[in-house]
Amino acid sequence: MTAQASVRNATTAAPLRPQRGGGPALPKGRGSGVADLVGVIPIGLLYVVFILVPMVVAVFLSFTSWNGVGNPTWVGFANWSWFFHNSPGSAISSTSSIWLTIKVVVLSYVVQTPISIGLGLFTAGRQRYKVVYATIFVLPMLLSTAGISYMWNGFLDPNFGPLVPLASHFSFLNQDWLGSSSITLYVLVAIIAWQFIPFHTLLYAVGRRQIPEVLYEAARIDGATPAQMFWQVTLPQLRYTMVTSGILMITGGLTYFDIIYILTKGGPGAATSTLPLNMYNTAFQQTQFGYSSVMAVVLGVIGIAIAIGLVRGTGFGRMQSQQEGVN
Amino acid sequence: MPAWLRPGRVISFVLVNIWLLIVIIPLYYMILSSFRSEDTYQTDNQWLPLGGLTFGSYTKAWEVGMAHYLLNSVLLTVACVVLSVVLSLGMAYRVVRRNSRWVGVSFSVILFGLAIPVQAIVVPLYIMIVKMHLYDTLYALILTLTAAAIPVSVLIMVSFVRDIPRELISAMLIDGGTEWTVFRQLIWPLSRPVMATLAIYNGLNVWNNFLLPLVLTLNNSTVLPLGLTHLQGSFSNDVPAVLAAVVLSALPLVVLFVMMRRQVMNSLGGIVAR
Repeated sequence: MTAQASVRNATTAAPLRPQRGGGPALPKGRGSGVADLVGVIPIGLLYVVFILVPMVVAVFLSFTSWNGVGNPTWVGFANWSWFFHNSPGSAISSTSSIWLTIKVVVLSYVVQTPISIGLGLFTAGRQRYKVVYATIFVLPMLLSTAGISYMWNGFLDPNFGPLVPLASHFSFLNQDWLGSSSITLYVLVAIIAWQFIPFHTLLYAVGRRQIPEVLYEAARIDGATPAQMFWQVTLPQLRYTMVTSGILMITGGLTYFDIIYILTKGGPGAATSTLPLNMYNTAFQQTQFGYSSVMAVVLGVIGIAIAIGLVRGTGFGRMQSQQEGVN
Repeated sequence: MPAWLRPGRVISFVLVNIWLLIVIIPLYYMILSSFRSEDTYQTDNQWLPLGGLTFGSYTKAWEVGMAHYLLNSVLLTVACVVLSVVLSLGMAYRVVRRNSRWVGVSFSVILFGLAIPVQAIVVPLYIMIVKMHLYDTLYALILTLTAAAIPVSVLIMVSFVRDIPRELISAMLIDGGTEWTVFRQLIWPLSRPVMATLAIYNGLNVWNNFLLPLVLTLNNSTVLPLGLTHLQGSFSNDVPAVLAAVVLSALPLVVLFVMMRRQVMNSLGGIVAR
């Protein structure tokens, strides 16, 4: 295509909808081939060496037995059958890890979503006092996970924590929060929620601000009550935000490691040993790189499955084109 | 009935303030206790600033090596942010430019990385870093954390650069501009806002990352989050010193946040919502 033709195309193309793969072709500039190499090779190399190759290595290691010394020994599907029938050599059963992981994911989603939506809608307003609230709600994001863990560790200390003086009035506060096999998992879910609700609140606040006010005016004219507006305007309009936030919560919960590692290391016993914790302990405490790689691969496969489900089920492509239209 | 007394309003007001307390109380406890000393922490009032308050825990935490951790964290974060932002902008321009087909293929391959959690590749990364003789160096963290940030960075950059009118690029090329001048004089200046957004987002992720430093470093290159666990180990029962260290480690971000609150909040919320 000549340069002039492409300019003509550029001026006649509808500016709002540059389709993926559509739009005018650009003229070949001098050295565009070299520019492609310069633009893609360094970043591609980093990505291939430190993301793709490790993924392949993880799959390979999952078929071997290796303690980090010497060379890995090929053992075929032994690790995999252990994984599904509970390894005799592993202290923590993989079925209980999977079960705990599912629990963390589901509970995190159920706890975080309604609170984030509520707070997000509240802080979406532009009033001054709401900005103050929004600012305070963001504060947990400024702490590192380790910081959050040690803060709660002190706060929930069963001997010297600030809840101890209160426990003489409210006996239910008298708990070994982080050392009990019955409640610690729920305490961890609550702390994880404390850490992540601020982020999802921000997402929902941004999502709410993008809803055109016209929709609410129309609903008001039709005599809709606030509840009706919430169920029939706000929630349907927030569906993409709910998908994004939900995916992040699910993948986040699935791979959640930091707080659990710092506060309980998976204990007491195996009470909080989720899949990532089990994987880490198997690899770096028991140095069974082969068996731990099975868990790593399972995590990776679930991550990829969720991503594919996201693309298929919710039409990520549609979402992109919708955004292009709006922007 | 006045509008502010509607049951919905009252309930939401109550719930929002309950959450406010849930956010503030542990933070308040942490700051108050960080001004206690090891001896008085267990006997002083836990809820009110009565009795002796001291900076002692802060000096203690600082002397144990916070400065070293802080320096490492700053170096690591700056390096990762600069690398991830600049490289992904360059890649984004090539993807949008659509000059050769393999660039588009590379883009899809990189997007695939969005689905891979770091937890799934941490064992191979550890083995590779040891084999490369990079264990316990900042380079190990810079390379792996930048790589981990690549998929999301490229996605965000491409969706931004795609909205730059192609007529502008076209016009510059026709006027005899090279690929470099287009990038330097058009793409780069127009992308400043998204670069800032991405810098904040990636910066926060790198600053707070825990797993990779845990696996890839020991003592030399300890960064702040991991340093806190070292401190916890050496202080054992000195809760105020640990909490003082937590407050100190958060200070850089608090300062940044106070200086550019709106920008930070917009980029965190907007980055995924975009």
